[in-house]
Amino acid sequence: MQVNEYKPKIVAFCCNWCSYAGADLAGSNRLAYPAEVKVIRVPCSCRVNPMFILRAFQRGADGVILCGCHPGDCHYTSGNYYTRRRMALLFSMLEYLGIEKERTRVEWVSAAEGAKFAATMNDFVATVKSLGENKRLEDLRCKR
Amino acid sequence: MQKITREALIEKAAALLSEGKVDRVLGWKSGEFSYDVTPAIFNNVEEMQKDFVYGDFSGANFSKYLVKETKKDGKVLIFLKPCDTYSFNQLLTEHRFDREKVYAVGIPCDGMIDENKIKQAVGDGILSIVSESETVKVETLYDGVKELNRADVFSERCLNCKSKKHVAYDELIGEDGLVLDSNRFDEVAKLEKMTADERFAFWQNELSRCIRCNACRDICPACTCEKCVFDNPNSGVENKAAANSFEEKMFHIIRAFHVAGRCTDCGECSRVCPQHIPLHLLNRKFIKDINTFYGDYQAGAEVGSRAPLVNYTKEDIEPSEAVNRGDE
Amino acid sequence: MQRIGVFVCWCGSNIAGTVDVQAVSDALGKEPGVVFSTNYQYMCSQAGQDMIKQAIKEHNLTGIVICSCSPRMHEATFRKTAAAAGINPYMVEIANIREQCSWIHKDMKEGTEKAIVLGRTAIAKVHLNTPLVPGESPVTKRALVIGGGIAGIQTALDIADAGFYVDIVEKKPTIGGKMAQLDKTFPTLDCAACILTPKMVDVAQHERIRIFSYSEVEHVSGFVGNFDVTIKKKARYVKEDVCTGCGLCTEKCPQKKVPNEFNLGMDNRRAIYIPFAQAVPKVATIDADYCTMLKTGKCGVCSKVCTAKAIDYTQKDEFIEEKYGAIVAATGFNPISMDKFDEFAYSQSKDVITSLEFERLMNAAGPTAGKLVRPSDGVHPHKIVFVQCVGSRCAACAEKGKEYCSKICCMYTAKHAMLTRDKYPDTDVTVFYIDVRTPGKQFDEFYRRAVEEYGVHYIKGMVGKVSPEGNKLIVQGSDLIANKQLKIEADLVVLAAAIEPDKSARPLATMLTASMDTNDFFTEAHPKLRPVESPTAGIFLSGACQGPKDIPETVSQAGAAAAKVIGLLSKDKLTGNPCVAHSDEMMCNGCSTCEKVCPYGAITYQDKEFRGPNRTTLIRRVAQVNEAVCQGCGCCTVACPSGAMDLKGFASKQIMAEVDAICK
Repeated sequence: MQVNEYKPKIVAFCCNWCSYAGADLAGSNRLAYPAEVKVIRVPCSCRVNPMFILRAFQRGADGVILCGCHPGDCHYTSGNYYTRRRMALLFSMLEYLGIEKERTRVEWVSAAEGAKFAATMNDFVATVKSLGENKRLEDLRCKR
Repeated sequence: MQKITREALIEKAAALLSEGKVDRVLGWKSGEFSYDVTPAIFNNVEEMQKDFVYGDFSGANFSKYLVKETKKDGKVLIFLKPCDTYSFNQLLTEHRFDREKVYAVGIPCDGMIDENKIKQAVGDGILSIVSESETVKVETLYDGVKELNRADVFSERCLNCKSKKHVAYDELIGEDGLVLDSNRFDEVAKLEKMTADERFAFWQNELSRCIRCNACRDICPACTCEKCVFDNPNSGVENKAAANSFEEKMFHIIRAFHVAGRCTDCGECSRVCPQHIPLHLLNRKFIKDINTFYGDYQAGAEVGSRAPLVNYTKEDIEPSEAVNRGDE
Repeated sequence: MQRIGVFVCWCGSNIAGTVDVQAVSDALGKEPGVVFSTNYQYMCSQAGQDMIKQAIKEHNLTGIVICSCSPRMHEATFRKTAAAAGINPYMVEIANIREQCSWIHKDMKEGTEKAIVLGRTAIAKVHLNTPLVPGESPVTKRALVIGGGIAGIQTALDIADAGFYVDIVEKKPTIGGKMAQLDKTFPTLDCAACILTPKMVDVAQHERIRIFSYSEVEHVSGFVGNFDVTIKKKARYVKEDVCTGCGLCTEKCPQKKVPNEFNLGMDNRRAIYIPFAQAVPKVATIDADYCTMLKTGKCGVCSKVCTAKAIDYTQKDEFIEEKYGAIVAATGFNPISMDKFDEFAYSQSKDVITSLEFERLMNAAGPTAGKLVRPSDGVHPHKIVFVQCVGSRCAACAEKGKEYCSKICCMYTAKHAMLTRDKYPDTDVTVFYIDVRTPGKQFDEFYRRAVEEYGVHYIKGMVGKVSPEGNKLIVQGSDLIANKQLKIEADLVVLAAAIEPDKSARPLATMLTASMDTNDFFTEAHPKLRPVESPTAGIFLSGACQGPKDIPETVSQAGAAAAKVIGLLSKDKLTGNPCVAHSDEMMCNGCSTCEKVCPYGAITYQDKEFRGPNRTTLIRRVAQVNEAVCQGCGCCTVACPSGAMDLKGFASKQIMAEVDAICK
């Protein structure tokens, strides 16, 4: 193993009802994904403020992924529909500012989709790894 | 030159004041230079005759001032140019002022002039600016009188005017115009066609000039929050200095996001930016995306409309599709 | 500053196998605010829980971090443990180091590192946790059922039988709804009246049920357990408690030319009327639009013939205010108007009728006393064509029809066809269909009988045009299986009109802040798991107002809604989820943005007085969250531009602290 292998920091926001349960299922089924992924539990994907995502980048995250119930399956009926609009606009804006669009992602993962959760995280980490460190949205003061 | 004169507006105000329909007037006041116009409250005709101005530099959108003005007693008269009426409606939609305490007079607009464009054209030492229907005569300390084409010194938002139609008023002076087919998204489209690196360089260059003076926020008719998140130590984004490039970017992304779907594209942010950052290009990006993704929406076109970000359809575009549109 | 205790669980070898639990508890013990840190084999065991309780007392802990399995597994357990030791249960945070760490990372070093980060993240959050107390609200033990069709009747009976008071509000003069108009019911062919009217009588006689007939809901405020409802009892100009229902007035009334809505206008009734013989309440009603006395002041026949002295021409609309703990919407459906379907000649020929009109024609109590005759000339029809899916599954013609399947038409058309052939073997019956959909107990068997035993001709294809020619109707349609165009000469054409929610549902939904779909059907709280509840707490859905349904389905859903209502009403107090939204009044703009995204209608606005500058007072519009209604999704917190809205338990600051801890 390489000594100084680049380990990206990945923040994954997961809604309590579907995606967090999906992540748990991935664990129960022992489906491995990189340890770089750290999950933050939120009641619904619609709880995730764009400010949290920018905050993560500021503090040194290299990728932020947001997981929620599939559209139509939101525990709160409509939360993920609002998430979808907010993130479509936010991500489009980040891309417009020249920030790599691969660093942000929204994925719908149901409580039954442990395999999808693991596969998504594997793919996302690999993508972010290939991009390298987040330079375009970093805040040097927050770097150690 | 504006077809409607200062005198006509004073006359209208005088009539409304004497009839007791209004108690004070929100209007433009002359500043040190003729192009330097500030908002002011006039309590009577005398005050108006002394300081009130209306002309090619009366671009300021006063809708926002109604938030504070209608908290006071009495009724206020406001003159609204077509583009101001959209902000007026948007504020009403958000219950930000008391409509009962406002008398709105719609006035036509023949396009406003950007004094910076004049300064660029003639250099320093401007003594006077006289605006005619097609030309602008500028007298400077060093070069005498120079004649400029009026259309060449129009402010950006007037070059791309979206509407000559008033969407709100109690009374209208002159003829109402039409909603126009503007090319206001061309600049955004141009940026979208660039590579990510080029875009990053473009915005880095623009936003790094930001001095966090908050003028864009303070003028913005959509930014009427009781307490702005950037002033709130509990918000996690409070920071009043442009400490580094992240800070600048975050400020402008959040500012634009907070007004997304509510921004009427009045262009005040760009007008007041002392660093001449084209902030309207951020707002317009959101407007363009909203129009493309969710169907045409003009904030403020009608009172009570449901903004795109507080709405949804089951078939909305996925964020991944939204960022990958350019890839085909 | 919090005094935090950290408890790292081994979960046997489940965690300890790939995470160095000692290293984790050592590392986390050094975090700021952590005064106690330990690890143990099974934290969830009694011994583990006792260890936590003891540590709380010994070290005066104010916050707890458990590094263990998923919070979905044992969060509730550890919250109870904390509460038992005297600290607020919401001062507990779980770091998921099993499902999201030890089970997926094989490398001990990697697993341990991640477990420490997850522990730190939970510690960062606990630092900002505040004690939360769930709100409590009392429950008014009375239910309101809006709509008195079979759905409302069944729901009301079930609730009342369980011991709770129920009021039914029905806008028509009688309960019974659509089912009262039907002739026979599929798939058993028992008569609708025979099974419905006993239930109507049960309702009328039930000591805990009140019927507000000829009434509408005027206003609703309040929230789950505590609704305040104003009911408008429309003036019927007959004293309900005096009228004996003898019906003499309805025979003597000189105004005979009033279209009888119960028979869909196929015959006439008087201006004073009882909709049908088994009406409940069996009380006469004066139709003010037609009553000569009310319009001109000259007549008064009914008053003269009424021996009970029940007629009161001066009666006014009455408004009744009542409190309810739960509200059930059972507003039902109607067939869509055939105005926009002129290709079927509905407006041109009396002999083109809808299926509901056909029900009345076949009904022994209907306008023809059950004799199947052509409405135009009273002649017995020898050839009938039924057209299915008129306005249903009509994606291409959304402006006149409905995109959805109306669900009941296949079955009732089979029923009509079968009944016709049974009663009149000389009548030839053809059915045009797109698909025949018969999923239901004994449903397909029923349809097969229509085809095989009763010789009904089923043709797959749509009718394009019906044109009246002489006393015949020329039906042009296509047979998709034979691939040919057909021209059939029919005596009677019956259209299976799509069904739509009753028009009263939309304004009612607004009053209830209950959400609706684009077709104006009420939306359920969860399409699979909570099908009889509205997302708005305390509002329940019964029958076709939620989506097209046949009678068996309606009755089972009505019972399910009743069970949910009973569950709610049997509680003395409602304990809320304390993780709810909360608005900071000082920062609120009153802009109504949060209200628009709230799926539960939990946010309202109030004009409140605040201190302004120089001893003035300012009136500001501010948002108020009803904690009993809020479900804690947090959508409003992001919609709020000023950040005035926050979510308890998942506050912005807490989430950002988690972000920071992860990215550190």
